[in-house]
Amino acid sequence: MSERKIRVLIAKPGLDGHDRGAKVIARALRDAGMEVIYTGLRQTPEMIAEAALQEDVDVVGLSILSGAHMALVPRVIERLREAGLSDVKVLVGGIIPDEDVEALKKMGVSGVFGPGSSTQEIIDHIRKVVGAA
Amino acid sequence: MTELIERVLSGDRRALARVITWIENDEPQGRQALATLYPHTGNAHIVGITGAPGTGKSTLVNALAKSWRRLGQTVGVVAVDPTSPFTGGAVLGDRVRMRDLAGDPGVFIRSMATRGKLGGLAWATADVVKALDAAGFDIIVVETVGAGQSEVDIARTAHTTVVVEAPGLGDEVQALKAGLLEVADILVVNKSDRPGAEGTFRALRAMLDLGRGTPRTVMHHGRVMRIESAEPDSGGWEIPLLKTSALNYEGIDELAGAIADHRRYLHETGTLDSRERMRVEAELIGRLRDALLDGLMQNLPPGAFDEMIEKLMARRIDPFAAVRELVDGAGGRRIGAD
Repeated sequence: MSERKIRVLIAKPGLDGHDRGAKVIARALRDAGMEVIYTGLRQTPEMIAEAALQEDVDVVGLSILSGAHMALVPRVIERLREAGLSDVKVLVGGIIPDEDVEALKKMGVSGVFGPGSSTQEIIDHIRKVVGAA
Repeated sequence: MTELIERVLSGDRRALARVITWIENDEPQGRQALATLYPHTGNAHIVGITGAPGTGKSTLVNALAKSWRRLGQTVGVVAVDPTSPFTGGAVLGDRVRMRDLAGDPGVFIRSMATRGKLGGLAWATADVVKALDAAGFDIIVVETVGAGQSEVDIARTAHTTVVVEAPGLGDEVQALKAGLLEVADILVVNKSDRPGAEGTFRALRAMLDLGRGTPRTVMHHGRVMRIESAEPDSGGWEIPLLKTSALNYEGIDELAGAIADHRRYLHETGTLDSRERMRVEAELIGRLRDALLDGLMQNLPPGAFDEMIEKLMARRIDPFAAVRELVDGAGGRRIGAD
């Protein structure tokens, strides 16, 4: 029986040690029937791109609460591109000021989910961008 | 397609990752890829790591891979975690413990969800191992889901099965029960720095000593076959019992050494061939069963299957007669159609 699953990598780049949000998202995506590869804290952009490649994921979700998103996100996107993974959708969650959202989207981020976003919004977004709505 | 498979054979990681996805999803390209890759398999040593949840399997895989890399061997890892039976989703978290292996081009880690399969592995695990084998990895480690007493599929997939125990998980009676411990080629007490490790070690030692001297036999196609004895003087394999503390990298080189010894034993005694024969036979039977079932279902008259379920529920037919009727029905139609 042929069965496609949406595969999502959830990673925390940078140095902040708060992974509760990432775990909540991982759990919600699991409950939405997706396969979530959870990589844990303090991932470098290189580690994230490598894991995304090996796991052949559709989506990379980055959780950043340190305020370093404008530095980290372009580096992750660049590493993904170098690995030939330009088609992988990148989502960013965490503490992201409104004024940074447009800039992140210009870099190629498919969706930004700050505080107050519901897990359902994220699930709907992923299903839409992966084309499995 | 053919180009992508060529790239797998030349060690392209992106191509390998994509082919694994096809195989996992049981897509037609996946079967085609496996057919092309199959002649290039059979070179890797396949090591299974199994044990109860929380015994430290992922950490042990991380440490073992580091040991093998120091010896210059390349390592493929397949880490299996359970799929939720309710939603079909999964959280695959084994990479968290394998971060030491990041950035090493001689290591490839793939997480797999069981996708409804019981027994400790996913349906496609053995096929994903074939892809890694064809891609040229020297050692392929398969980490099972946190296994209980019946998740023994790994013994049919791996050449060397390592069963991992940890302190505080059970007494000597647990060690006597059939199942996981019986499939061990190597037994490991991990977390040996924890209290109670010595007791666990002694209980397993006693269990291993009890098992000596009695030949194990099995009924195989109506014949009684003797399973290789654990007697050292008969030239059989004596199951080593080792202590490790994977987090502190203690006992890891010894475990890698025991795995290498077992590999040598398999080669020198011809046991590798007999295990391979059993594995290939089991795979062929499984695939035949699937193919015959698919063929039968396609040849059934429309609605016949659902009607039979209704009849069974109403107790108007028994299951054996139901099978006979469906097989005859499909066969009759097939002959008629031809």
